[in-house]
Amino acid sequence: MRYPYISRRVVLKSTAAGLLAAVSGARIAAAKDIVLGIVYVGPRDDFGWNQAHAVAIQALKTVPGVKAVEEENVPETDACAKSMESMVNLDGANIVLGTSFGYFDPFMIDLAKKYANVEFRHAAPLWNAAKHPKNLGSYFGYLNQAHHVDGIAAGLSTKSNKLGFVAAKPIASVLSNINSFMLGAKKTNPNAVVQVIFTGDWSLPVREAEAVNALVDAGCDVITCHVDAPKVVIETAEKRGVKTCGHNASQAPLAPKGFITGAEYKWETIYKGYATKLAEGQPLPNMVSGGYESDMVRNTPFGAGASEEARKAATAGIADLKAKKPIYVGPLKDTKGNVVIDKTYDNLDPYLDQMNYLLEGVIGSIT
Amino acid sequence: MADVSEPLGAVLPILDAKSDLSVRVRRGAEYIAIPLIALAVSGLLFSVFLLALGKSPAEFFSLVERGGFGTAFSLQNTLQRSAPLIMTALAVAVPARVGLIMIGGEGALVIGGFAAAAIAIPLVGRAPPLTTLIIMAITGVAVGACWVGIAGFLRYARGVNETISSLLLTYIGIAIMNFFVEGSLRDLTNPNKPSTKPIGEAYMVGKMPGTDIHWGLAAGVLLAIALQILLSRTTFGFAVRIAGGNPRAALAQGLSVGKLIVICAMIAGACAGLAGFFEVAAIQGRANASLVAGYGFTGILVSFLARHNPIAIIPVAILFGGIVASGGLVQRRMDLPDATVLVLQGLTFLVLLTSETLYGRFSFFRVSGTEDRT
Repeated sequence: MRYPYISRRVVLKSTAAGLLAAVSGARIAAAKDIVLGIVYVGPRDDFGWNQAHAVAIQALKTVPGVKAVEEENVPETDACAKSMESMVNLDGANIVLGTSFGYFDPFMIDLAKKYANVEFRHAAPLWNAAKHPKNLGSYFGYLNQAHHVDGIAAGLSTKSNKLGFVAAKPIASVLSNINSFMLGAKKTNPNAVVQVIFTGDWSLPVREAEAVNALVDAGCDVITCHVDAPKVVIETAEKRGVKTCGHNASQAPLAPKGFITGAEYKWETIYKGYATKLAEGQPLPNMVSGGYESDMVRNTPFGAGASEEARKAATAGIADLKAKKPIYVGPLKDTKGNVVIDKTYDNLDPYLDQMNYLLEGVIGSIT
Repeated sequence: MADVSEPLGAVLPILDAKSDLSVRVRRGAEYIAIPLIALAVSGLLFSVFLLALGKSPAEFFSLVERGGFGTAFSLQNTLQRSAPLIMTALAVAVPARVGLIMIGGEGALVIGGFAAAAIAIPLVGRAPPLTTLIIMAITGVAVGACWVGIAGFLRYARGVNETISSLLLTYIGIAIMNFFVEGSLRDLTNPNKPSTKPIGEAYMVGKMPGTDIHWGLAAGVLLAIALQILLSRTTFGFAVRIAGGNPRAALAQGLSVGKLIVICAMIAGACAGLAGFFEVAAIQGRANASLVAGYGFTGILVSFLARHNPIAIIPVAILFGGIVASGGLVQRRMDLPDATVLVLQGLTFLVLLTSETLYGRFSFFRVSGTEDRT
């Protein structure tokens, strides 16, 4: 058997041609617009956390004079530091946004020190004026307010008075969403209880589906969640014929029959604010946060699962939150009967950020 | 696949030094030319893919060049990303030489990194940084070695399939880390991301002088060279390759195959454990779920592409680092999804594996009268 003979000359020629083609590609001219770089930990179309940011970036791209560069699926290791550095060095980014918790320490702190003329902002309340550089900062939204509105609508949507909540980890922000949801449901339906299952991690699709099935089997007829990508939860619940409330981004297309409404971030308010300030040459605030009162969260437009009554109550609930009406009206007890909320707290009170309990009305345990 | 990549003459007695060298150079060229051709072919195939998407291949490759290799920053970015891959690929290559397909590098990296972070907790602030780092490294390496060693021992003592057991051990390792990190070893000052206590900047492994790359790269390269020498220049390496080629024959020769299997598994675990140590001591500064970044799995790919040759692992890991490093720029500039880079990786993998059938088929690389020396 004979095989084609490849001469040295052919090999050399094609290698050289390949190298030339690689090197001579057009260089990209440096942009003069405001360049905003954003790094996501997962895919941009995850129907969840990352999509919520990507939707805002799409909105930002329509603003003249602003260029946005995006990178998805970047793990929380030095890869994220290198991606951000690459945005600064190769794309000329003026501001870099990190949207995953683990990007902040040590990666964004180190980068902010290294690139003093670039702004870095991170989507979780971690920035500390005493410890961290001035060109670094945090932004986040009080999503629990939108979950509260979900709860108001869910309370009027249940027949069994049992609401199911699939949660990732028992940390403060998750617990706050569960408690706020429960308090919303109690407002419209004092008999309602919220049953919680913790899956243990941010993205465990199989366990999330099992949790939904377990909750539905236990009699829950409205399901909501706090996991990174609620797609599986919403789809499983829809298949089981129960109603759903969403989380992070719009999951309305996933549940054409049972979707009530969902808690969504409105990051574009923050991102447009950053871009405008940078364009005007003004300093950026280090800490930006808020809920309905500052237009930083929203609820997904009502789906087929929302009754007329639920729509009305939820809309009224939104108006209340815009008027800064408190969610946590004390005293409130936790599941063990201890008073954990002694008085009425403002919706943005830092005391509530330290939440490490489930309130009475929630069935479940954090340990 | 265990030992076909071995350069000729490495273990055979050298009869005629001069002609032997020229034969080796000529035959060695085959191992460079064929992968290069394969890379070019996968580049061509990928260009077709890009054209089908309506994107410009020229733009893509110029972005890869710029984002992965073209500037000092890009090159360092690439090298930094390749450091853990070298070590996790070695964790696959060494057992492969003894005939085992071990894919438990991810677990050994995580558990080794976690052990290094855990042992540092009582030492930080008491012991000097260098001592602490050495103890951390030894712990990470030892725990990683024991971890994959379990899979090797099960293979030897119970005949358990090492591929399955090493993969399953990965999930057990991650669960053990999560158990401690979310429980007794949790740093309570960090309410939202369960982690061990940070070791602090003074205790971190620094960057190599004049670069932005941490010492893990140097350690990986040295480790690869050391393992290449171990596998090709020592009686131990010779025994390993015999056991990998034909375990029955090795047994008949009086080699303790079981011992070789367990030792190779432990070396593999040690490599991955070292990667875990560097991930903690040079990058994260603590152990948490971020250790589970997939380096162990990418290492499998790197090792197979390098034909389980420790030295070849270095350039392959750098190539992978470069593709991943430039993947970001490609996403940003060409508006392509992240999966595009996976398509390129997959194509490269397929074409390179297919190209294995080409070895020994080009007359240029054959030197008459030496065929029997393979």
